[in-house]
Amino acid sequence: MIRLENVRKLFKIGRERIHALDGVDLRVEANEYVAVMGASGSGKSTLMNIIGCLDRPTSGVYELNGKPTTEMSQGDLARTRNRQIGFVFQSFELLPRLNALKNVCLPMIYAPGGWWGSKKRARAALERVGLGDRMRHRPNQLSGGERQRVAVARALANHPSILLADEPTGNLDSRNSEEILSLFDDLHRDGQTIILVTHEVDVARHARRIVRMRDGRILSDLPREDDPVISRAGNPAGSAP
Amino acid sequence: MTRLFTWPLDLIRLLLQSMGLAFGQIWTNKVRSALTMIGIVIGVASVTSVIASLTGLKTSVLKEFESIGASRIFIWAERPQTGRQKNASWRTIQLTPELFDHALEYCPSLQYITRYAHMQETVKHGDVSVEGVIVIGADSSWNQVENRRVQQGRPFSLIDATEGTNVCLIDPALQEKLQLEKECVGRTIEVGSRTFVIIGLLEPRVESMFDDQGDEGRTFSIYAPFNTIYRITQYMTDVEAAARTPAQSEEARAELRFFLRKERRLNFDDPDNFGLQAVEEIMRKFDEVAIIITMVAGGIVAISLLVGGVGIMNIMLVSVSERTREIGLRKAVGAPPSAILLQFLVEAVTLCLVGGLIGVLFGQLFTVAVMAAATKAISGGKSGMEPIQATIPLWAVGLAFGFSALVGVAFGMFPAIKAARLDPMEALRHE
Repeated sequence: MIRLENVRKLFKIGRERIHALDGVDLRVEANEYVAVMGASGSGKSTLMNIIGCLDRPTSGVYELNGKPTTEMSQGDLARTRNRQIGFVFQSFELLPRLNALKNVCLPMIYAPGGWWGSKKRARAALERVGLGDRMRHRPNQLSGGERQRVAVARALANHPSILLADEPTGNLDSRNSEEILSLFDDLHRDGQTIILVTHEVDVARHARRIVRMRDGRILSDLPREDDPVISRAGNPAGSAP
Repeated sequence: MTRLFTWPLDLIRLLLQSMGLAFGQIWTNKVRSALTMIGIVIGVASVTSVIASLTGLKTSVLKEFESIGASRIFIWAERPQTGRQKNASWRTIQLTPELFDHALEYCPSLQYITRYAHMQETVKHGDVSVEGVIVIGADSSWNQVENRRVQQGRPFSLIDATEGTNVCLIDPALQEKLQLEKECVGRTIEVGSRTFVIIGLLEPRVESMFDDQGDEGRTFSIYAPFNTIYRITQYMTDVEAAARTPAQSEEARAELRFFLRKERRLNFDDPDNFGLQAVEEIMRKFDEVAIIITMVAGGIVAISLLVGGVGIMNIMLVSVSERTREIGLRKAVGAPPSAILLQFLVEAVTLCLVGGLIGVLFGQLFTVAVMAAATKAISGGKSGMEPIQATIPLWAVGLAFGFSALVGVAFGMFPAIKAARLDPMEALRHE
């Protein structure tokens, strides 16, 4: 589903050249649940942006569902994001003037013909995340956890191949974090491919596969059970086997 | 295949959605939007009211000219400013009755011609007397030139004209004033020391904005054969002619000029010692002036729209930078640059069009006010004159909206491109 081969990303800040990604190879298959871990500056966000088609690699190959993204125009990238990727951000990024339903409708506005029946699909997505009774609420009338659930519903609106979550619990308390992560577990159980970027061990523990990054390279790429830190901490109570 | 079918629908949908967003945005920032629109509102209001006022005034003035008769030509004597007749005595300059004897033969475009002689007298009937009645001596064709028929009795006969008999045509206003009975034909009235027989009652005079007399100082007139009055005054005042059609009046004027120069034995380098004015010519000049005023106003308005446009651009730039995160998110969820461009462009155009709409409304209000003032000024406080009707012509409304939209596109383009080019990642990171 996702195939990265020797992907490099070079940033020039003034005279300085920073290799945000320095030869990354990664494959993610359908229905995987991957956590990308690393300290800030390790390149995990850059990797996330490239996988999410928000950015293009300086060199190397990135294929999404068999299609190389390197030569895509901005419009093609936008279309790919629209159909294939669902984003969940740390700070929710809901539009404050729109109610939950309209926020969820947003990706469908930009899908061809997606408008027809978009309300119905948005309602279904909100019910899926357990907010069936709060559709007409505006973001400022919702709690942090509810806001993030609206964001998840929005990410799922166009039935993307991949759900990309960048520190989804970074702005939430532990109870709400747990709520979101168990939602992710449910989605994964239903077949959703999820890639999660985090630096928190407690969050990464929900994933089945842990990719650790440092200095723009992949340090380790192991199943959860084999990751030294996470296996030592033991299985969390809430996660499914 | 489905994409091929749905893309026009998708475009319309995107446009409608962008319009909805734009109205939402304007509504959210009511004060800001209103302030931004002022430039456009003033521009559009001024252009539409100028156009409407001019069009209203023009139709009204042209209607007046029509009522006078668009094919009429006025001829009068005039001492030239230069040449050998510069200091000539008025006797040699003034018009003479014989001068026009053959005018109709030599001027094929002319249909009618009448000479005029005037005097002012007190008119009496029984005990009633009216002072300062203008007694106009005119030829038999006067009824055709002035386009005033005799509603009772008869016009001047050939005998009246040649013999200069004491007969007259009377205006209904004077008939009333003199307390003459309805059937007044055959009655006599005293004009100064002379007795005149009324042979006909004229149609009432058409009210005109060029009648500068008010109700109080109103002058009355009677009409007698030219020879009758000329015999008394020995002075011919002026001549009026009518071309066959208004379109021929230019030609008729030229023929008359040639004829008069020949008859008055002017050399080719002598200036005219008479004046000629065709109503049609005045109408055309008025039309030209109106066009020039419209163009000047248009120029001023273009500047004010430009200023308004800069305001729009400024606010759109503010809007783009305020909503950077929103743009970033929209892009992240799959809005292509074109959709973002469209959204901001539509917002700018909507802002301008709303401004244009308000402008047109203000323009109409303004026009009504100006027309009321103009009517008052022209009629000189005389009551009864209906206000000049003026509405913004449809083409001007179209022009105003077209221009507003154009300003929106022109000045909204730069901010919209800026928004469309934003990097989604950077935009999302924007604080």
